[in-house]
Amino acid sequence: MKPIYLDNNATTRVAPEVLEEMLPYLQDFYGNPSSMHTFGGQVGRKVRQAREQVAKILGAAPEEIIFTSCGTESDNTAIRSALATNPGKRHIVTTRVEHPAVHSLAARLAQEGCRVTEIPVDAEGRLHMEQYAKSLSPDTAIVSMMWANNETGVIFPVEEAATLAHNRGILFHTDAVQAVGKIPIDMRQNCIDMLSISGHKLHAPKGVGALYVRKGTRFSPFLIGGHQEKGRRGGTENVPSIIALGLACDLAAQKMTTENTVVKELRDRLENALLTKVPRCRVNGDRINRLPNTSNISFEFVEGEAILLRLDEYAICASSGSACTSGSLQPSHVLRAMGVPFTMAHGSIRFSLSVYNTENDIDTVIDTLPGIIENLRALSPYWEVGDAICARVEG
Amino acid sequence: MWEYTDKVKEHFLNPRNVGEVENPDGAATVGSLACGDALKLTFKLDEQGRIQEARFKTFGCASAIASASALTEMIKGMTVEEAAKITNQDIANFLGGLPEEKMHCSVMGREALEAAIAHYRGEPGPIEEGKIVCECFGVTEEEIARVVRENNLRTIEEVTNYTKAGGGCGGCHEAIQEIIDRVRGEGKVIARPKLSNIQKIRMIEETIDREIRPALQMDGGDLELIDVVGNRVLVATRGACASCAASHLTMKQVVEAKLRELVWPELEVEEVSQ
Repeated sequence: MKPIYLDNNATTRVAPEVLEEMLPYLQDFYGNPSSMHTFGGQVGRKVRQAREQVAKILGAAPEEIIFTSCGTESDNTAIRSALATNPGKRHIVTTRVEHPAVHSLAARLAQEGCRVTEIPVDAEGRLHMEQYAKSLSPDTAIVSMMWANNETGVIFPVEEAATLAHNRGILFHTDAVQAVGKIPIDMRQNCIDMLSISGHKLHAPKGVGALYVRKGTRFSPFLIGGHQEKGRRGGTENVPSIIALGLACDLAAQKMTTENTVVKELRDRLENALLTKVPRCRVNGDRINRLPNTSNISFEFVEGEAILLRLDEYAICASSGSACTSGSLQPSHVLRAMGVPFTMAHGSIRFSLSVYNTENDIDTVIDTLPGIIENLRALSPYWEVGDAICARVEG
Repeated sequence: MWEYTDKVKEHFLNPRNVGEVENPDGAATVGSLACGDALKLTFKLDEQGRIQEARFKTFGCASAIASASALTEMIKGMTVEEAAKITNQDIANFLGGLPEEKMHCSVMGREALEAAIAHYRGEPGPIEEGKIVCECFGVTEEEIARVVRENNLRTIEEVTNYTKAGGGCGGCHEAIQEIIDRVRGEGKVIARPKLSNIQKIRMIEETIDREIRPALQMDGGDLELIDVVGNRVLVATRGACASCAASHLTMKQVVEAKLRELVWPELEVEEVSQ
């Protein structure tokens, strides 16, 4: 059965053009871009081209792009660099809903003696800007704030937040792995100092990422080694994947309009149909300031993993923020930070679309999911009771 | 993705005995919405006192649903006394095993069964008793001690997998460790005669000579017993070990584990410089 893939915030398929572009660099052109011979040199030229392509989608200069192995490495590099270049400052500002790449790093840095402030969000997942502004102090080394949330798709006002930080002389980093390619980004229009990209979130393969570092930003490398990336990231370049990332950025820029029209319409159609057909469900997160491809829906009184595995029977792929799928025993930290009630948090499903989804995909989900929810609710000891209680409270 | 057995998948996709028995002889609900899973079990006895009908309703993941479905199949036809002997391991075995992280689903099944039997017998529910150790998931000391005993658990992580205790804020980890130590100590203290100091020192010497030194000497290192004070075993490293940064770790993990296993479970190895 061909999968109906609606889990693109987890990872994406490699675009066929991208695969074709990178394959020769796995097969024939295996030279080291640092080599003196022509055989390696030609590879170096392709890496240069990829750097230009990545820079272009950000409105950046090629020398502001450092290739890394993944978004997590980019995040770790940016935050550790800020601390290393600001040895007198030991305060980090971040948010309660960051990806583990930042969230867990911040927890580790707190153990290492840093002071960490996590800015809360409201019930719609929107950042408390007032609290953010108040949190900035002379001791703050860096702010790390995601551009768009991977679970809900909610977009943070990072450009505005970066200006506030800059006015206080504080570095600003954003984890933009979910935003790049889905919404327009132009680094000439903001003062963000560092920005993380992940290849496999925009139809390049896994194992490649990039870190944008604004020209003039003091920088300290994370991986110490050779002179690659101008000494800013040691280690022989992952040439085929870097070339793939370059083309993937080009394609994403071309498809940005499709993403914000066709994909967005499919997402809205899916969301609206489910909200109409299934009683007692709701959308998690701000529906206005949101990525065009993401929909996080909670189905009350059922558990997310059970929903996912029933969907799996129809080869429908999605994610959940329930405890049983989060790898811990509690529902996702994002939904908890938003104060989503337990009755809803355990039954949350995230659909994340891509330009490869079709109307047919969406129709299949609309036809399948309501029956699955009904079936699981018939199993749930809370359904009849809970439904009655909620109806009374609301009525 | 969890590695579920075919039997778990089958019971999840086609759960048996869903619903509630009318006018049940035994009924109980365990778990909660906040915790992410709950199970309501009801059963009815026939004239011979055997479980004629058992039904369940579950809020939870695939393995919670499968465990409840399995439980109802298992207890049908049993007397209450027979059913009362079912352990969480029996439920897991019926399903061909559960992933370690999902063992708490089988424990929930056993708890619901016990509570329903208690209800039938007019006894207080066994689960409500005792001091709450894990506030996040409302798990009592009794429950933790019991799964440690019945499933031979050794680590906090295992206790979390089986009961969820310790899987939230982590504030109860120390208390869980104390319960594990206490329960695991229970059998040993009875089985082991108390050692005199002379016997203890002699056994430690023998164990070091026989089990530990040969391995260290192969790497050019050595270990010397300096003194034994109560349960503190003072040792000094020699040769390659003395300058090896990893040796402290070796002391704690290897030497201490060996001595605890072969001599006395409460021994603590300390490295001294002499």
